[in-house]
Amino acid sequence: MNSKIQHSDLPDQSMDTFLKGLWKENPVFVQVLGMCPVLAVSNTAINALAMGLATAFVLLMSNVLVSSLRNFIPKQVRIASYILIIATFVTMTDYAIQAISVDLHKSLGAFISLIVVNCLILSRAEAFASKNTVGKSMLDALGMGFGFVIALFCLGAVREILGNGTLFNLRVFPEGFQAWIVMILPAGGFFTLAIWLLVFNLYKERKERHEH
Amino acid sequence: MNGQQTIQASQEAGSRKMLIAMVGIGVMCALLIVLTYEGTSERISRLRAQALQEAIFRVVPDISSTRAFQLTAQGEFTEPAVPDPTRPQIFAGYNDAGQLKGFAIEASGQGYADVIRILYGYDPVREEIVGFYVLESKETPGLGDKIEKDVTFLENFNGLDVSLDETDEALRQDVVTVKSGTKSNPWEIDGITGATISSRAIGNIINESAAVILPKIKAEMNLFSDQQ
Repeated sequence: MNSKIQHSDLPDQSMDTFLKGLWKENPVFVQVLGMCPVLAVSNTAINALAMGLATAFVLLMSNVLVSSLRNFIPKQVRIASYILIIATFVTMTDYAIQAISVDLHKSLGAFISLIVVNCLILSRAEAFASKNTVGKSMLDALGMGFGFVIALFCLGAVREILGNGTLFNLRVFPEGFQAWIVMILPAGGFFTLAIWLLVFNLYKERKERHEH
Repeated sequence: MNGQQTIQASQEAGSRKMLIAMVGIGVMCALLIVLTYEGTSERISRLRAQALQEAIFRVVPDISSTRAFQLTAQGEFTEPAVPDPTRPQIFAGYNDAGQLKGFAIEASGQGYADVIRILYGYDPVREEIVGFYVLESKETPGLGDKIEKDVTFLENFNGLDVSLDETDEALRQDVVTVKSGTKSNPWEIDGITGATISSRAIGNIINESAAVILPKIKAEMNLFSDQQ
């Protein structure tokens, strides 16, 4: 898509705000943000999905609130205010996850509270929500949030299939399959992320070469 | 020079606004958190109790009802309506006929990553551990967390000897975790290769808890004998 066209057409522009997070500026595969949860809780598909959705929810709510308060928050205390807002939604999410399932909360462990310091959320608050309208910030958060969910799921699925022979606890490989334990350990997270980044960049490069 | 002054002026002018903004956001956030807490706390405690209840029925076979006890600092059993979260709970399990079938005992101790909280089932007639369940652990996925899943490891807790000696005040043999595949006595736990520290921690937790609680249970057996 050409940037000159987007500005002349409003629906196209808002669509682009949403889509850029999913693909062109994907928070994990392009911006390489929020690596702590990406590597730590993507050991199974269900953990990755829950973590991704929790982060997306916090991102959406904090973007909406930051954007609607953007004229009320003085510049000097903006970061402190953003952190306060983000921490509030993280605490709410923590309670919500506990209320949904004790087991899920058990497996996500300390990483839910760590959403507070996920640089993706703070960077969207600072770089986008503090300068744009509520509607646009919401679209931006949805795009980035789903981009994050998709990226985490890509990692989690690969790691669970190879490291445990299952997907969503359903058996993919036959019983005799020797699981690659390294894939569900931290090192496996790095390997899987590296491979996904490679695939993503190869695809992008090829596409760009075609366009020129 | 001129620019600096402008910045300073705008900062001074903003201090009142800053205070209002921070306090305002703080109050709003506090309110949101309190509302969420109030809205979810009931369900959370219900789910937690439910998870614990399910674990009790898992570690003590053939029971249909339970009574919850706690050991006070003075070493006496009480039946508190609201359990003290800092002390382990002891559950007596009864069958349909109201006979005492066994105990589920909560215990905790340091694992590899963090504190491990477990629940183990105790059969006072056979003086054996008859069941085991990990309530809470942050052990390394794929290695340490085998203490929750490894079938051969869990098999250890189907008849682990914890009989008391002649004085009825101590265990005849300490429960110990031995190297995988070398278990030769009924009081030994066969460890897990790749989860040495975690499986040893389980042995220690059970040993420490059993050495304190089992003699007390034996001494106060009448207290538990009937279902209320």
